[in-house]
Amino acid sequence: MYQYNKQDQLLVNERAQQFRGQAERFLAGELTPQQFLPLRLQNGLYKQRLAYMLRIAIPYGTLNSRQLRKLADISRRFDKGFGHFSTRQNLQLNWPELEDVPQILEELASVEMHAIQTSGNCIRNTTADHFSGVAADEIEDARPYCEIIRQWSTFHPEFAFLPRKFKIAVCGSQQDRAAMHVHDVGVEIVHNAQGESGFKILVGGGLGRTPVIGEVINEFLPKQHLLTYLEAVLRVYNQLGRRDNKFKARIKILVRAMGPDAFREKVEAEWVYLKDGPNTLTAEAIAHAQSFFQKPPYEVLDDTIEESTLQQQALADAAFARWLKYNTSRHKQAGHAIVTLSLKTTGYAPGDATAEQMEVVADLADRYSFGEIRSSHQQNLILPDVRKRDLKAVWEAATAIGFATPNIGHLTDIICCPGGDYCSLANAKSIPVAEAIQRKFDDLDYIYDLGELDLNISGCMNACGHHHVGHIGILGVDKKGAEFYQISLGGNQGKDASLGEILGPSFSQVDVPSVIEKVLQTYLDKRIDGEVFLGTFRRIGIEPFKERVYA
Amino acid sequence: MPKLIKDRAVIDDDWQLLREIPAEEGLPAGKIIVPLDYWLEQRDALLARGDVGVWLSSDQAPTPLAPDLETLPVIAIDFPLFTDGRGFSYGRTLREHHGYKGEVRAIGQFIRDQLFYLSRCGFDAFAIETADPERALASFDDFSDAYSAGIDQPVPWFRRHNQ
Ligand code: SF4
Repeated sequence: MYQYNKQDQLLVNERAQQFRGQAERFLAGELTPQQFLPLRLQNGLYKQRLAYMLRIAIPYGTLNSRQLRKLADISRRFDKGFGHFSTRQNLQLNWPELEDVPQILEELASVEMHAIQTSGNCIRNTTADHFSGVAADEIEDARPYCEIIRQWSTFHPEFAFLPRKFKIAVCGSQQDRAAMHVHDVGVEIVHNAQGESGFKILVGGGLGRTPVIGEVINEFLPKQHLLTYLEAVLRVYNQLGRRDNKFKARIKILVRAMGPDAFREKVEAEWVYLKDGPNTLTAEAIAHAQSFFQKPPYEVLDDTIEESTLQQQALADAAFARWLKYNTSRHKQAGHAIVTLSLKTTGYAPGDATAEQMEVVADLADRYSFGEIRSSHQQNLILPDVRKRDLKAVWEAATAIGFATPNIGHLTDIICCPGGDYCSLANAKSIPVAEAIQRKFDDLDYIYDLGELDLNISGCMNACGHHHVGHIGILGVDKKGAEFYQISLGGNQGKDASLGEILGPSFSQVDVPSVIEKVLQTYLDKRIDGEVFLGTFRRIGIEPFKERVYA
Repeated sequence: MPKLIKDRAVIDDDWQLLREIPAEEGLPAGKIIVPLDYWLEQRDALLARGDVGVWLSSDQAPTPLAPDLETLPVIAIDFPLFTDGRGFSYGRTLREHHGYKGEVRAIGQFIRDQLFYLSRCGFDAFAIETADPERALASFDDFSDAYSAGIDQPVPWFRRHNQ
C-alpha cells in the first residue's frame, strides 16, 4: 500500500488546518453560505436531509487495518456508530456535526486519510478495480497509476473549479471491475505488441440524467504521457464544458456535442504544449509508485494440496461450500484466494457497516490478509490475500458478524444508493426497496439458478446506485408527489457496457418485488441452456418482458 | 485609491478597470484596463495612447492577444462567479504557452481561499473585493508544497520527492 512521506503528511495536515479556518470564518459569518459551499464540498461535506454528511476518501478502494479501525472509532465518537461504503469506494458518515468536522479531518490525517475532493466540481477520488494486484486475470496492477493520478489530481490548482465533477476510473484486468465505460475518463491498462504498457483512454462516459458510454479517444497512450494527456483533456473540458446549465455540464455532454473526433483533436492540440513537459512520468517515478505495491510476503504453497483440503472442508459443510463458491475469487498467487465480505445481508442497508463490524474486519485483515482491505464499487469489502487454509476461519468470523451472505454477483448483492432515507436529492427511498427484494427472494437455490445478476437501485436520476448499468435497474421517480419506481433491463457495466432499456410505466413501492419476479420468470422461461440473464435479454429483447409484466 | 494585492503585498492600485467603455466622455486619463473586444477594435489607437491593459471575460481565452504580449503590461482575467474556473486555465496558458511576463491580474468575484491556486496558475496580482486584504494574504501560505506542477513550482512532486 502507498505510505505517506513527510510531505504527503504535511499537506494533509495543512488541509485539515485550512478547513478549520474556513469553518471558523463561516461560523463567524465571514464566509457566506454560497462561498462556504464549494469549500466544504471539496472536503467531502454535504448537507443532507437531516444532517451533514461527510464523505471520506478511500483512494482507489485501498485501506489498511489501522485506517479501518480509525474509521470505526470516528463513526463511534462523532456519528451513530456506523458508516456507509459507497459506490465510489468511499465511506460516508451520515450524522457528523459541522463543529466536529475539523477534528474528524485531523483524526483522519493521523492515519494518512482525508476527505479531499470527494465532492464538488473537481477531480474526485480515483476509483479502481477492487481486485487490483491480486486478480488472476490481471494484465498490470492499476494501483501505482492510481496513486500517480491521486497525487497529480490532489489540489490541482487549475482544475478545482470545473464545470462539474470529474471522475476517473482505472482498470488493469481482462474483466472490467471498475466500470471504466461510465466514468468521465476511463483508463484501461493495455500492453502493445512489444509488451510495453500504455493506456487506452475513454472519455465522456457517465450515468446520471443523461447516461452515456465513454468513447475511446486514444487506443494506446504510452505510459509516460499519462498525466500530460489527462491534463490536456481536463484543460479542454475546463474551458469548453458548459457552465450555464448544471445538467449539461459534465464532459459527456461536451464530447457528444463536439463529437469524439473533434474532441480528440482539441485534446491533441492542447497536448502539443504539454507533451514531454515536466509532468511526463519518469521511469523512476513509475518504479517508485510501483515499489509501494509489491507482493506481500506470501507463503509458498502447493495449490493442489491446499485445494484438496479445502474441497474436503467444503464437502463436510454445505454452507461453507456455498460461500466458497460465491464469495471467493481466483487469486494470482498459488494457495491463496480473494474473499469478498458481503455487505448485502437482508435487514441491513446495502454497504452499511457498524463500528464493531469494521473492527472485526480489521482484525481479520491483520490475521489473514497482511492487514489490507479493499472496498468495491459494489459496496462490499474485500480481504485480498487470504491463504486457502484460512478460508474456513474467515468464513466463520464473517458469519458471526453477518458479512458472509453467499450472494456475491447475484440477485441479492444489490447496489443501492442511500436514497430518500438520507439523501436530500432523492425522489424516492431505495433502501426499503432493496430490502423488500432481498426478503422476497430468500431462497438461495433460486438465486443461484438465476446465475449472475446485477440489480442496481438509485433513488433519483443522479444514479449513484448505477441503475443504468444494472442487468435490472430500478430508479426512484416522483409521480405527483408519490414515490414510484421505473425499471430498466439489459444494462451492463463491463467492457461490453450497455445502458438499460426502460421497461415501461413505473410502479409503486409495494409492487416492485412482484414485478421483478415476473421479469425473472420471463428470463427463466426463455433462457437457453447456460445463458445468463444479460445473454437472454440481448437475444430476445425487451418485448417478452414487457408483455409479461404489463399483461 | 483602491487596493491591490501584488506579489503578496497590499499596494495602491493605480490601474482603472473599465468594465465598459464610457460612451460619451471617452477614455479617462491614466492607466486603464479595457475589454478585449475594445482592444481588438481600437488596437492601434490604444497602442499609441499607452498605459493600457486588457481584461478577458471568463469565456475569452487569451489567444487573440498573442501578438501583443510583449507590449501589454497587464492582462486581467475576470471571475464572474468564484466557481467559474476557466480563468485558472487562461492564467496558466498565458504563462506556459505564450510565455507572458507581464502582470496577470485576477478581477471579479474570486475569494481569498483561491489565492493559493491562482498564484500557482500564474496570477501575481489580485484586485480582491474584501474589506481587509491584509488578512487575506495568509491564504497564499495555505500549503507549503504541491503535488502538481504549476507556474510557481514547475517541477512536479514526483520529480522532487519520489525519485
Ligand atoms: S442516486 Fe439520488 S437519491 Fe441516490 S444517493 Fe444519489 S443523489 Fe441521492
